[in-house]
Amino acid sequence: MSTKRTAALVGNPNSGKSALFNALTGARQKIANYAGVTVERKAGRLTLPSGAPVELLDLPGSYSFDAASPDEAVTRDVVKGVFDGEAAPDVLILVLDAANLEQHLVFAQEVLELGKPTVVALNMVDLAERDGLTLDPEALSEALGVPVVPTVAVRRKGIAELTDAIAEARSHADEEAHTRWHLTLPERRLTAKHIARSAILSKSTRHTIENGVDRILLNPWIGPVILFGLLFVVFQAVFAWATPFADALEGGVGAISGVVSQRLPEGLFRDFLVEGVLAGVGSVVVFLPQIVILFFFILVMEASGYMARAAFLMDRLMALVGLSGRSFIPLLSSFACAIPGIMATRSISDPKDRLTTILIAPLMTCSARLPVYAVVIAAVIPQTTVGPGIGLQGLVLFALYVAGIVGAMVVALVLRRTVTKGAASGFIMELPRYQLPRLKDLAIGLWQRAWVFLRRAGTIIFVATIALWVLLSFPKAEPGESQLDASLAGAVADTLHPVLEPVGFNREMSLAIIPALAAREVAVSALATTYAVDAEDEDIAAEGVTAKIAALWSLPTALAFLAWFVFAPQCLSTIAVARRETNGWKWPTVMVVYLFALAWLFAGATYWIATAAGL
Amino acid sequence: MTLDVLDSGKPARIVAVDWAGLAEDEGKRLKALGVDEGAEIAVVHRGVFGGRDPLALRLGNMTIAIRRIHARAIEVEAA
Repeated sequence: MSTKRTAALVGNPNSGKSALFNALTGARQKIANYAGVTVERKAGRLTLPSGAPVELLDLPGSYSFDAASPDEAVTRDVVKGVFDGEAAPDVLILVLDAANLEQHLVFAQEVLELGKPTVVALNMVDLAERDGLTLDPEALSEALGVPVVPTVAVRRKGIAELTDAIAEARSHADEEAHTRWHLTLPERRLTAKHIARSAILSKSTRHTIENGVDRILLNPWIGPVILFGLLFVVFQAVFAWATPFADALEGGVGAISGVVSQRLPEGLFRDFLVEGVLAGVGSVVVFLPQIVILFFFILVMEASGYMARAAFLMDRLMALVGLSGRSFIPLLSSFACAIPGIMATRSISDPKDRLTTILIAPLMTCSARLPVYAVVIAAVIPQTTVGPGIGLQGLVLFALYVAGIVGAMVVALVLRRTVTKGAASGFIMELPRYQLPRLKDLAIGLWQRAWVFLRRAGTIIFVATIALWVLLSFPKAEPGESQLDASLAGAVADTLHPVLEPVGFNREMSLAIIPALAAREVAVSALATTYAVDAEDEDIAAEGVTAKIAALWSLPTALAFLAWFVFAPQCLSTIAVARRETNGWKWPTVMVVYLFALAWLFAGATYWIATAAGL
Repeated sequence: MTLDVLDSGKPARIVAVDWAGLAEDEGKRLKALGVDEGAEIAVVHRGVFGGRDPLALRLGNMTIAIRRIHARAIEVEAA
């Protein structure tokens, strides 16, 4: 018996491959990208009955070796052993959805034609039974010429048998009885039909639950109401549940800072630890609660099969700007925070759609802009009403949200005709069957998202925060001089100011947007520092800043500042995540350049128009 | 008649597909999903906006979403 070091799961999308992967490997998984592409590589360790470890790869779901997407190309190349840097798997575990046999057997034949040692996992046999299907695994094994193991991944049924079969798997290529010819697609479909028929023992005419549920969830009237109701709950949860955790994490980091400040002697090292390192940690972990809660809902929607329905309902609207329904949830998530939004674009199969979505995600008004908007609006917009129940301040805030959405739509249209040009991405997708998500799979998924964020984005955010600290701390201020003014950042602001002055910015504003790169809301505390508002408490500082702005900023200047924050990529974390998700600096650079250009133009237009209107 | 004007719930068979009128990847995807000459299908759901786009098709045990523009390239007859 030859030794096996690698195995790979292959199968159609929605065959329950990932649940099977979780059941076979447990939580010990490594998530990365395949070399050179942004296709997620999931690997884990499977232990054979002999105790020998096998590296198990969860290949992207695929309908055919005639790849229609980068994911499918990866699957094809890895299975065939021609993917650079990936060893050809010693054993293939072909996953078939028992209830969808005829369809899944088409791709299965392509895989079996390769003649590699293969084991078939006849997955989700419980769902097939629910649909009234009784199957004969032995007949299937006979027809395919490879071992067939019935499994229910989500209930760990058949996992031990499957592991045994993997250990014993051997090549069937030399068996004359199962020599395969390279069939054409219609021939393969016909064969699939015959094999499926011979493997199905009985079939009741019981209706699948999908039709009934979809009749409600895809109903043109009720469907959208349910979708928006659900999204409302999600947003409530993100804002209501995340805040206490975020506050607690911030408080925890603050407490550690306090201890460090007390224990260590005053000096550069202490400043570095407290204002550099710990502040860096703080700015990373503060995003975690939002990311985890948002992803909890996204994963539930994906695992249950509802995500595809949401995409179906929203597809027509997204098509207006050249995107598909799959961009809807990532963009919506970006209203909480662009980071989980950009991470959620992994579910968009079309690479150009995905890139466009990543590039416009920062235009959705995220929660970090609110403190800035709140302070400036309170300072310069009078608390009057412009109609029954419509306050002017609220109207301005609403206009800022709309400006972001309209901006995103226009940018998407332009991008789809220029840099992400290509055949209309279309919208052809399977609506998977409904399934109850399993807690363990959700937990593994959440852990992976959180870990990816902490490790990949966290390191960049952390380094950037420390770099920012260096810029803000050196050289040291003379007594009586503000540190922000004296610092390198101050010098940068002086160089920057001539560029920003034409759009109505005063020097304090040019200065405030530099530390605000760590996170937008820092603009408020930076303004507090420049205006020497001396307050430890954030709320009191905000009040002080509001008063200063009301006294010192003209209305056009304040409006220009608001317009700037609608567009400007004032968030290193977002840029860091975009780098990871696009596998390089090219697209984050494009994003930063176009967003700053738009921010400048719109701040300018706002300032010039407001000035001309005599505001 | 083309698939986009087929009444919801009526079983039909695909008689011809204008592959040249579809983008290459879209054609590949449709074929891989089994949307091809000879397949028996029915429209089971339609979208909300803009002329009830997209459409959900029933094909064997699968439900597949496509846009109206794809459906227009698919010629069907009542089955």
